[in-house]
Amino acid sequence: MTIPLEVNGKSYELDAPPMKRLLDVLREDLHLTGTKEGCGEGECGSCSVLLEGEAVNSCLVPICQAEGASIITVEGLAREGRLHPVQQAFIEYGGAQCGICTPGMLIAATALLNENPHPSRDEIKEGTAGNLCRCTGYMKIFEAIAKAAGN
Amino acid sequence: MISTITVQTPRTLTETYDLLQKHQGRIKVLAGGTDLMVTLNARVEVHSAYLNLWPLRELRGISEAGNAVRIGALTTYTQIIRSPLVQQHARILVEAAKSVGAAQIQNRGTLGGNVVNASPAGDTLPVLAVLEAELEIGSIRGTRKIPFNQFYTGYRKTVLAADELLLAIHLPKPHANDWQYFRKVGTRQAQAISKVVMTLVARVDAAKQVEVMRIAYGSVAPTVIRAPQTESLLNGQLLSKKLIEQAQQLVMTEVHPISDVRSTADYRRLVSGNILFRALQELRARG
Repeated sequence: MTIPLEVNGKSYELDAPPMKRLLDVLREDLHLTGTKEGCGEGECGSCSVLLEGEAVNSCLVPICQAEGASIITVEGLAREGRLHPVQQAFIEYGGAQCGICTPGMLIAATALLNENPHPSRDEIKEGTAGNLCRCTGYMKIFEAIAKAAGN
Repeated sequence: MISTITVQTPRTLTETYDLLQKHQGRIKVLAGGTDLMVTLNARVEVHSAYLNLWPLRELRGISEAGNAVRIGALTTYTQIIRSPLVQQHARILVEAAKSVGAAQIQNRGTLGGNVVNASPAGDTLPVLAVLEAELEIGSIRGTRKIPFNQFYTGYRKTVLAADELLLAIHLPKPHANDWQYFRKVGTRQAQAISKVVMTLVARVDAAKQVEVMRIAYGSVAPTVIRAPQTESLLNGQLLSKKLIEQAQQLVMTEVHPISDVRSTADYRRLVSGNILFRALQELRARG
């Protein structure tokens, strides 16, 4: 099946089995390995990407449902050599430890801030509730997101 | 294995009906994928053919239909949470939708998927039970409406025929004085599948006499259940402290929970009584 889709602003025509996971297409076909697999069952959020601007778990999206869609992965957050404010804040405020949850956290935080530029601490927690950090570094993550929002 | 699975993606409802009739149950209907992709990824349930509904705009959207709110089967939890119509008429459906997974799941999971997947733990199902929703079902043979409370016939079994598709969920608008209550008990607020979920719709008069009482539970029986004996005990009676305690005891005999990875039968039974007690106390304390 040939599937048109746009990833990080670039257009592709991909030949892939229709039930192949978006996650696997990104990692194996497009070699965008920033998106991580954690649980493979929609619990951990490591594989989060933006699909038409909304955060989704790419392990739960068959590629046939991404037909014609616009996708942003963690590789697409930086623009013209400049990190996204959320990425910069994660560096400055220690939002990343082992790094496995980080791409998903950055995507969830970006989705949150796009919709709600000045979230409260509770809204930040709710916006990242679908993302697990095995290092349990949540406080630094919340702080980084708050700083990125200018709070 | 994934490479041998076929997918049909119809562009119209008519095309969908044709495919359903042609395949006679040998094609699995795929909505947002938040349940089916989990079982596929784990190889617990692999179908050789899927019917991908995702592009069907006809199945999306929330509108007023007579004295009801009509929610297209493919409407996502996020769309439900943001809908002024649902917020106004079915606050407990918004609460239930917010309790499903987290943002990533709410952006993909659909109300119709929750209904047809027929899990006893489906978060929105007790809400549809107490709101006395109606299901609009279509096939090449025409459309029909059935009460949600007659949809399940057993554990993960429904009355849907092989050629039928759930089109929409109709929620009758509530009475102005109806009180709606939703409570999900799980390991944490986000992501967790429920140990017990309870919801109720009640109406009491100024003297605290019960005019309407509808109670439903999830995760405590093979399907979502209403608690008819407890409803009868309360209906028409004065909502006294003693009556509330009787309801708490009675409802524990009406639920039939099992022990599984999420909880034990004893805990679920106890909590079923306790959360009803709290809900009724809150109802009694309202001014």
